[in-house]
Order: sequence, then C-alpha cells, then structure tokens
Amino acid sequence: MINPGHGRGPDSGTTAGGSNSDPFPANLRVLVVDDDPTCLMILERMLMTCLYRVTKCNRAEIALSLLRKNKNGFDIVISDVHMPDMDGFKLLEHVGLEMDLPVIMMSADDSKSVVLKGVTHGAVDYLIKPVRIEALKNIWQHVVRKKRNDWNVSEHSGGSIEDTGGDRDRQQQQREDADNNSSSINEGNWRSSRKRKEEEVDEQGDDKEDTSSLKKPRVVWSVELHQQFVAAVNQLGVDKAVPKKILEMMNVPGLTRENVASHLQKYRIYLRRLGGVSQHQGNMNHSFMTGQDQSFGHLSSLNGFDLAVAGQLPAQSLAQFQAAGLGRPTLTKPGLSVSPLVDQRTIFNFENPKIRFGDGHGPMMNNGNKQMNLLHGVPTGMEPKQFAGSHMRVQQQMTGVRPGQNVQSSGMMLPVADQLPRGGPSMLPSLGQQPILSSSASRRSDLTGAVVVRNSIPETNSRVLPTTHSVFNNFPSDLPRNSFPLKSAPGISVPVSASYQEEVNSSDAKGGSSAATAATAGFGNPSYDIFNYFPQHQQHNNNISNKLNDWDLRNMGLAFSSNQDAAAATAVFSSSSSTQRKRWETDATVVAEHGQNIQPPSRNLNHLNHVYMDGGSVRVKSERVAETMTCPPANTLFEEQYNQEDLMSAFLKQEGIPPVDNEFDFDGYSIDNIPV
Amino acid sequence: MTNMGKCMQGYLDEQFMELEELQDDANPNFVEEVSALYFKDSARLINNIDQALERGSFDFNRLDSYMHQFKGSSTSIGASKVKAECTTFREYCRAGNAEGCLRTFQQLKKEHSTLRKKLEHYFQARQ
Repeated sequence: MINPGHGRGPDSGTTAGGSNSDPFPANLRVLVVDDDPTCLMILERMLMTCLYRVTKCNRAEIALSLLRKNKNGFDIVISDVHMPDMDGFKLLEHVGLEMDLPVIMMSADDSKSVVLKGVTHGAVDYLIKPVRIEALKNIWQHVVRKKRNDWNVSEHSGGSIEDTGGDRDRQQQQREDADNNSSSINEGNWRSSRKRKEEEVDEQGDDKEDTSSLKKPRVVWSVELHQQFVAAVNQLGVDKAVPKKILEMMNVPGLTRENVASHLQKYRIYLRRLGGVSQHQGNMNHSFMTGQDQSFGHLSSLNGFDLAVAGQLPAQSLAQFQAAGLGRPTLTKPGLSVSPLVDQRTIFNFENPKIRFGDGHGPMMNNGNKQMNLLHGVPTGMEPKQFAGSHMRVQQQMTGVRPGQNVQSSGMMLPVADQLPRGGPSMLPSLGQQPILSSSASRRSDLTGAVVVRNSIPETNSRVLPTTHSVFNNFPSDLPRNSFPLKSAPGISVPVSASYQEEVNSSDAKGGSSAATAATAGFGNPSYDIFNYFPQHQQHNNNISNKLNDWDLRNMGLAFSSNQDAAAATAVFSSSSSTQRKRWETDATVVAEHGQNIQPPSRNLNHLNHVYMDGGSVRVKSERVAETMTCPPANTLFEEQYNQEDLMSAFLKQEGIPPVDNEFDFDGYSIDNIPV
Repeated sequence: MTNMGKCMQGYLDEQFMELEELQDDANPNFVEEVSALYFKDSARLINNIDQALERGSFDFNRLDSYMHQFKGSSTSIGASKVKAECTTFREYCRAGNAEGCLRTFQQLKKEHSTLRKKLEHYFQARQ
C-alpha cells in the first residue's frame, strides 16, 4: 500500500520508491517516533548505519500528520510505546487504519502484558530497549512481508468477494425460506446481517479500487474525525453500523459513503484484532483451553492448523458460525460476530495460511506469521487467544469466501470458511428440514469432533436455538468421522466447517460445486449430501494441514466433489475435484477403510434425517456426541468408539429420545471437562 | 575507541560500546553528543521527580511514568548502574513503597552524578 510498486509481488527487489539502484534494504524509509531525545538520537544513528532513510519525530501527533501528508513517504514506522501526547498504541491504531504500514513498537518495558498489547494491536514487532542495531538491520523483512501479504490479498480477494456477495444473497434467500419453516426468530437478524455483509462487500470493493488505482484523494481521518466515527459506530452498534447511517450521524461535509465504508472496514479489522484476544479470553474457559491443548497434544497428527481449528470451534467460533455460516446470527451476537468474521478474513489473507499450517506444530505455529497472527505471536499467554484468533480466521473465511473463491484468497483456509456459510443455507433448503441436517452432521462428528465440538457446543447450545444448535453440532460430528480414520483428530475441526460449505455448495448447485451436487444426487437424500459435505470439508482440511487427506478419501466420491472445492483454491471446482481425488487416492488404503466407515454413517444419516423429521432428534444426537467426546480422551479412542455401528445405534437411540437443546450444551461441557 | 577503560567498568555496559561502534568519520563525536543529550534530558527528569517527591503525596503512577522514561534513556546509553536504580525505583512504585522510592532516588541521583563525572573525564581523556 505504501509504495506504488507494492502490488508487484513478493520478489520485487526494491521497496523504497525510486531507488532501484540500491540494494533493497538500503533506503528503506523509516519513521521513528520517540519522545525520549536520547533514544531518538541513537535510533536515528543506528538506522542510518543500516543505510535506511530516517525521519525522526518526538511526538506521535506529528508523526501522524507526517504520515498523512505523505502517505507513500514511508515504508515502516518504529514507535515508542510511552509517549505523553499520544499513546504508542493509539498511533499504532491510526497507522493501521489509515496507512496500513508495518509498525514496530519499542519500549524499555518488557512486561508480557505490554508486549502482548503491542502485538495484539497489530505491531509487526516489539523491540525491548535498548534497541540493538542487529534488530534494526532486519526490520525490512516486515516491509516485504506486508507487501507480500497485501499483494496476496489484492490478488485473491477481489473477484471472489464480489462473487461471494451474490452467493450470499442466494444463500440468504434460501435461509430465509428455511426460516419460514423453522423458527422465525432469526429472520430479523438475518436480514440485518445480510445488509451488513453487503455493505462490507461494497467496502471491500471500494478499498480495492483505492489501492489498485493508487490513491484517489482520500479523506484524512484525523483523530477528531475518527472519534466522531467511533461515536457514531458505537451509537449504532458495531454490528448494525452501516456506512450510510454512520455518514448521516457524523454529518461531515465532503465525507462520502465510500470514505466511511472504507474506514469502517478498517475499523472492524482493528476491532477484530483486539477482539481476537479479549473476546476469546472472556468466552474461553481455562479448563476448556487446557483440555483442548492436551487432547491435541496427544494426537500425533495434530498440526498447528488443527489447533487453530479447535480454537475456532469454541465459544466464539460457534457463535460466529451461527451468524455467518449458518446464517442465523440471531442467537448469539449475530452482528458482531459476522463483521469480525469478515475482517478476519482479510487478516487471514495477510497471513500465509499455508505456511502456518505446514510449519505449524501445535500452538507454536503461529510464530511463523508474525504480522497477521498477533495472537499467535505470543504463544504462551495467548493460547486461548490464539485459538480465538484461529476461530476468527476460519469464520471469516467461512462467511466471506465461497469454495472456489476461497481458494484464491488464502488457499486452504478460505475454502473451509466458504463452504460453511453456504452449507448452512443450502443445507436447509435442500433438506427442507434444517434441524435434520444439522443433527445428522453432529452424529457423525461424534468421533473426532468430540474435542472440537466440546468447545463449540457449550456456548452454542445456550445461545442457539435447537435447530441452529444442531447445525453446530453437525460440525463437530463431521469432524469425528474424519478423526476416525487416523489423523482425524487434528483435522476434525476443519472438516466440520468444510462439510458445511460443501453442503451449501451442493444445495446451491453452483458451477463450482457440480461434483458435490452430483454426489448429492446419488444419495438422493439430503442427508447424504451432508455426508458428502463432510468429506469435502475433510478434504479441505486435509489441504490445509496436509495430514487430513485420509479423511477426504474416506468421504468417498461425494467427498471428492467437496474436496475439489477445497482444492479449488485454483478456482476450478469440477475439474479440480478429479485431480484432488487422485491425490487422495494415493492415501487410498487409509481412505478405503474410511470409506467403508463412511458408508455406514451415510445410512445412519438417513436414519438421522428421519429422526429429525420426527422431532428434535437432532438434540439427541448432540448428546451422543458429548458422550463420545467424553469417552475419547485420546485421539485414537475416537475411532473405536465411533464405529459406524455405534453411530447407528446411537442414532437409533437418539431418534427415540426427544430432542433437547439443553442436552447438547451439557454434553459439550462434559466433553470439555474430560480432556482436561 | 571501544576500550572504555577500567574506570568505566560497571557503570557502562555493552550498549555503550555499541554506541561507540556507531561513530565514524562522519560522526566522530556521536557518543559524546548522545551523552550530553542524555544528561541534559535526565536532569530534566530528575527535576520532575524531585518535585513530585517533594509534594509529599506520592502519585506512584506518575513517578513510575517518569522513571520509565529515565530507564529508557539510561538503558539506551548503557548506563547500567543508573538503570538498575531505575528498575528498583519502579518496583517500589508498584509496591507503593514511598520510603523505598525516596531512598532509591537518592541512590539514583548519586549514580547519575558519578557517571556524569566519569564520562566527562573519559571524553576529555580521549581528546
């Protein structure tokens, strides 16, 4: 964003504008802000020794005006935390909102809380004073990373987002149709959330235009103007604030809806960054967190990715899923959750999902992504937060991206997210009975899903309506199946989301999801589609974590279609599916086993569907899940416990049992406790 | 240039040596200039803290904020002994120990003054 040439890609050699003759790090344009004259003088000298072009400034306000006056004048900002006129975090916030420059925070204060705050506010690095020249010699990497991420985002997000907008409308319509059948409570929320989403889509479009056309005259968001903006947003409610209303409330001449929309988007991203930590903390139970960690740790195959997924599932994620993916935001915090999701998506894009996943082993994976994963950056304290962050990401993906589109933006991660949202809506329409679908999913998930489900279930249960609960449950349940195979545990969380997406695709019968649709057709029963979805999700997961492949195989043909979507990262859904299959087939042996397992589940699903038809069987399912959850302390355990037969029996039992929403919650909790 | 001399040992740490590394022909007096700036600014801080302490009512947050600045610049110049006193002072601030703050601040001023003299001597000897 900073430099005109930023969109060129990761490998563009020179960052500093107009200095192609110099080796890259040289002439990096650095703005240093520190109220301590001694530190400022030393930093300036050190940075000059690094051959950077240094601008020093002893007041944050001045720094901000410098940045505003010359938006392309700097590549990176280094700021002290403690400054009298403006807190360094405030400056960080503004720079993040307005310039999108990498900001390095520094302070003599090395307390974990302060470092954490810097990281969660979006600082790309945090230097403890005394700053060493060795640290400054490497700051250029943040510039490269930022540009690279920006490039990825702009490259991938554009078309996909717009497409998503159209899809969303369809989905939402479907959802609304479904709502007519089931519960009308959510409708209001739906509509509002849809409007919001549309707005956000517009905003993103605007933003892109801005970046691509390189700086049309932009509104300067002064501190005062920003405060006006924040006041308007707060008055409207973060989730209900739309640019038009904000503009009306602010009543600032010259300000356009587009200006506000763009700023709102950035502001939401900012809130998400903060929210990733604080919200999650609030929602997460310590026991829960620890429990997940332990379980994951046990799982040999768990990837960092998996962890993230698990985290997503927990409380917030559930809520978000409902809002975004399920299309029923009402239950929890529809508005808030949704918007965060979107923002997260963008954040997510910045990060390199692939890298993380591949590299990631457990929580530490986050470290790979310095910029984006603020939460990740702080492994120890942040674990819960990290999870939350991961949730956020997933959710974002879910909401914003469709299967094909997802591929573009972040590759693996996105697909999952996309699928989920679609799945929610599509599922309902096709089945005609939302509860059923969800319930079936949940049943499946009993095995591996347990861990993930646990987290998510508790909150969802309380918040969500019975039907919606079932949907959530489905996610977990889907995961369990995956887990059954071998690696399922880690992949589990991911698969769930994927399955949702897949379902959606199938119902939508969109071009990309043709394979999925075919699969559904073969099943004939909507419930079958669900199964397919699951596999697909699994595949997505696999793509993400690479380990999940087995799962996909299991999913069978149906799964393949979905998997294709996941692979779709390349954009070709139908064609890609075949290729993906091949990959999966390599894993064939494992898959075959899984496949067998899968088939029985499908039957079960049918049963489940019937059950659902009968009544609130869905809830019953959830209960079972919880039980399974408890039982499988170890990852491997899941497989055994969750045999098809067991599932069948469980389903049957469930059918007999009247569905109780509350029960879900209970089970989920129990599960959580168990791992701990 | 990089051998501070035994007289400075304990008062300055490797950060000061790193500053000396930054000196070159274009900036031959960088360390001396930075030192002068440090003592000028720290004198201001000491004055602020003195006034705050003389008021009798201990605003520990304010004192801690001052001392944070002091520590930041002291650590950046490699004034290890002063920095240690800053750290101790801040610990007393957090503990709400006014007596400890007063005592530590006296010690801090003493170290600060000693360092100043030693550095002046050091720069004179170099020239």
